[in-house]
Amino acid sequence: MRLTCPLCGARDRREFYYQGDAVAMTRPAPDAGADAWDDYVHLRDNPAGQTRDLWHHEGGCGAWVVVTRNTVTHEVLSVTLAETEARAAR
Amino acid sequence: MGDLIAKSAFGDLLPLSEGAATLSDAEVGHLTSIAPFQGQTTATSQALRAAHGMALPAVNRATGKAFERAIWFGKDMALLVGPPPNADLARTAALTDQSDAWACVTLDGPPAEDILARLVPVDLRAAEFKRGHTVRTQIRHMNGSITRVGSDSFLIMVFRSMAITLVQDIKQAMEATAARR
Repeated sequence: MRLTCPLCGARDRREFYYQGDAVAMTRPAPDAGADAWDDYVHLRDNPAGQTRDLWHHEGGCGAWVVVTRNTVTHEVLSVTLAETEARAAR
Repeated sequence: MGDLIAKSAFGDLLPLSEGAATLSDAEVGHLTSIAPFQGQTTATSQALRAAHGMALPAVNRATGKAFERAIWFGKDMALLVGPPPNADLARTAALTDQSDAWACVTLDGPPAEDILARLVPVDLRAAEFKRGHTVRTQIRHMNGSITRVGSDSFLIMVFRSMAITLVQDIKQAMEATAARR
């Protein structure tokens, strides 16, 4: 498996640390209520298909990246800097 | 206080030669990480040019020459290798002394590419990786930085705590490469 880091280019999977669902990109407001926070902290989908994960390029540039991939076909659809997404969402 | 003596990270392990390849302590001098504050990348690059005569390197690139280099060192960071940093740089960037944090070796000789191909999951052949190119990647299991400083010459850096493992891994690859010639 190879991931194309937006900075470093195509790299081997061993350089990356898998963090999990990219839920941290959409953190609810502090006063969003118990349901929203319960969902954010505990509840995850387990999709057969497209999923968005956060990975850390620890063996490379040190950037956090958002990887969109397909759990059925193992296709990697996109890799973007988490920083870029977070700034765009602001 | 008396004069303190800077000790090599490698003791008497280096230099060593195997076939046409040589591994030696790079003895690079000061190491300082330069992390420009938000929106200050251009200003930091200008300050670096004024003080040390080279621009801030682009991603996967190094600028400068022997004894005075700036190496791209990860996201939004460069490493000044050689001189102590000019104080002006601190106005637009966070500077951190890394001199004792990294073990630096130079791998020289025609088999250098073949040796690194055994250790590094990135294509470092000359067609892809030219002089002045750099990567942050892994050397076997160690996170590190590799820069091509000459046609057959690479500057390799890992955390100083891994200096002996670095020598051991490169030595093994040097021996294996020499055995196939």
